[in-house]
Amino acid sequence: MATEIDINRGGPARAGVGPRGEKLASADGLDLDALAGLDALDIPTTERRPLATRAWSATWPKIGALALFLLLWQVVVWTGWKPTYVLPGPWSALREFGSRLGTGHFWDALVRTVVRALKGYALAVVIGGVIGIAVARFPILRTAVGSFITSLQTMPSIVWFPLAILLFKLSEAAILFVVILGAAPSIANGVIYGVDYVPPLLVRVGRSMGARGFSLYRYVVAPAALPSVLAGLKQGWAFAWRSLMAGELLVIVPGHPSIGADLQNSRELIDAVGVMASMITIFLIGVVVDAVFNVADRQMRVRRGLVAEGNSAVRAARGRGKGRGSEGGGDWPRDDDSGGGSSGEPTGGPYLESRVGVTTSAE
Amino acid sequence: MTAVLSDTALHIDGVSRFFGTGAARVQALDNVSLDVRSGEFLCLLGASGCGKSTLLGLIAGLDAPTTGTVDTTGRRTGMMFQDSALLPWLTAGGNVEVPMRLRGIRRPERRARVDELLAMVRLAGMADRRPHELSGGMRQRVSLARAFAQEADILCMDEPFGALDAMTRDLLHDELERIWRQTGVTVIFVTHDVREAVRLGDRIVLLSSRPGRVAEVFDVDIDRPRRIDSTRVAELATRVTTRLREEVGRHGH
Repeated sequence: MATEIDINRGGPARAGVGPRGEKLASADGLDLDALAGLDALDIPTTERRPLATRAWSATWPKIGALALFLLLWQVVVWTGWKPTYVLPGPWSALREFGSRLGTGHFWDALVRTVVRALKGYALAVVIGGVIGIAVARFPILRTAVGSFITSLQTMPSIVWFPLAILLFKLSEAAILFVVILGAAPSIANGVIYGVDYVPPLLVRVGRSMGARGFSLYRYVVAPAALPSVLAGLKQGWAFAWRSLMAGELLVIVPGHPSIGADLQNSRELIDAVGVMASMITIFLIGVVVDAVFNVADRQMRVRRGLVAEGNSAVRAARGRGKGRGSEGGGDWPRDDDSGGGSSGEPTGGPYLESRVGVTTSAE
Repeated sequence: MTAVLSDTALHIDGVSRFFGTGAARVQALDNVSLDVRSGEFLCLLGASGCGKSTLLGLIAGLDAPTTGTVDTTGRRTGMMFQDSALLPWLTAGGNVEVPMRLRGIRRPERRARVDELLAMVRLAGMADRRPHELSGGMRQRVSLARAFAQEADILCMDEPFGALDAMTRDLLHDELERIWRQTGVTVIFVTHDVREAVRLGDRIVLLSSRPGRVAEVFDVDIDRPRRIDSTRVAELATRVTTRLREEVGRHGH
């Protein structure tokens, strides 16, 4: 390998000396060193904080916010604004939630609700994905149904229930129908926007490498569209989950316990503590799912250089991370980014960021 | 490989290219004819609107001429862009691998070739870096390795060093020249930088603007390796610049 790359260094005879006495061979040798030196200077430095530090700095604001919320709740209860059988304090609600964890009924209901959600969501992903790809691929379809998809997306899913109940009666199918209708348009839109916003330069690159048709989609369009697709999937989940909760309150299938049915049941019995316990369950499921999406999203952004270690692009733009100036460079202005920075951000970077932002903000 | 191919790598004959229709119809290229020898380093030079990128797109097969023919005489073309245009979701090695995956080359062979090509651009050991972890100059070298992964006989370069700082550009000129001599590839190099064209080219084709026509062809008779700051490069660059100014000046009236 080394012999192959050192052709010039070992080849002064070939390089020769210029007619005007330019010392080409030695200049060549110098330049080889210069390039290596420039690489060493240019390469962006990354620093990682210890895992424990990162974990703590990610956790304490959440704990703080939660504690503040519980405190406010307790304060409202203490003011006596409502009697405690209507608005119980956080401790009784949490105690009820804890005691439910030991019951078989709770887990039956939880499993049924989660299975419904996953089933509906999976079908919505398939249907929304296929529609999205078809609309992105065929202009005639876009003209025909493109704007309907967005209109469908903005329709509150609860308005579908009267029709769903007429069509499917009080059954699992009615719930599934609305969950799919709620989630599929967002997922389809994620795919459509993703394909629309693929940087034309990358498509040109793909074509110049010989990618055509399917291979162009596989190697360029699909991965370039991924951030938007992921945003669509996340938004689709939010709609699926809301539709499901609305559905479980309205469509109570006898003998099928679910979180929504429990919630409705507690309300009918004026069991405020039970209502709160059910809502804690719903909230916690949301937290878990959100964490899963965030991990996927973050991993993708880290791989693409859209996250500076522990920083969002916005924070990085406001100023350098702590402690960077101290390593090596002393008080000199650090110009180690200038080589990379001057020649542009990672391809499509800013667009990808904004795209994700736009789609999720529609939630 | 080159033994079976003719001595002319690229034959461009009477090529015109129009964009748009009706009143909005714009002519980008007007009756351009050009022969490029196998192994030649040809620079396409011109001001804005001379259609140099359009011409390069025609050579790379990304676009078709309205009239005339572009004959690459059975040779493969590879393309390199101003923005390194690396796929940001792949590592440096992964980017170099894509053209080979597209041609159905098996994994072990691809891996070996990736290492070879990255060593050629002097980025050995950088295969696992992601584009954002590399400097601009390094990204362009990955991009160069990727173009070579297409096993291209004709390398089309569209202002590849335009966005780099002067120091990096100077060093990359040396690198490109070395790799060009080592591989014997035919290079079509688009630039608007006269000195860069004189530094690198065997011949410089000066294109006029709106529409693009071949205004003049300069033979660069300066021994290699050259330095961009040498007197002879400066002398020829002055002549070419004078001619380029004439061409640009005709649009001021």
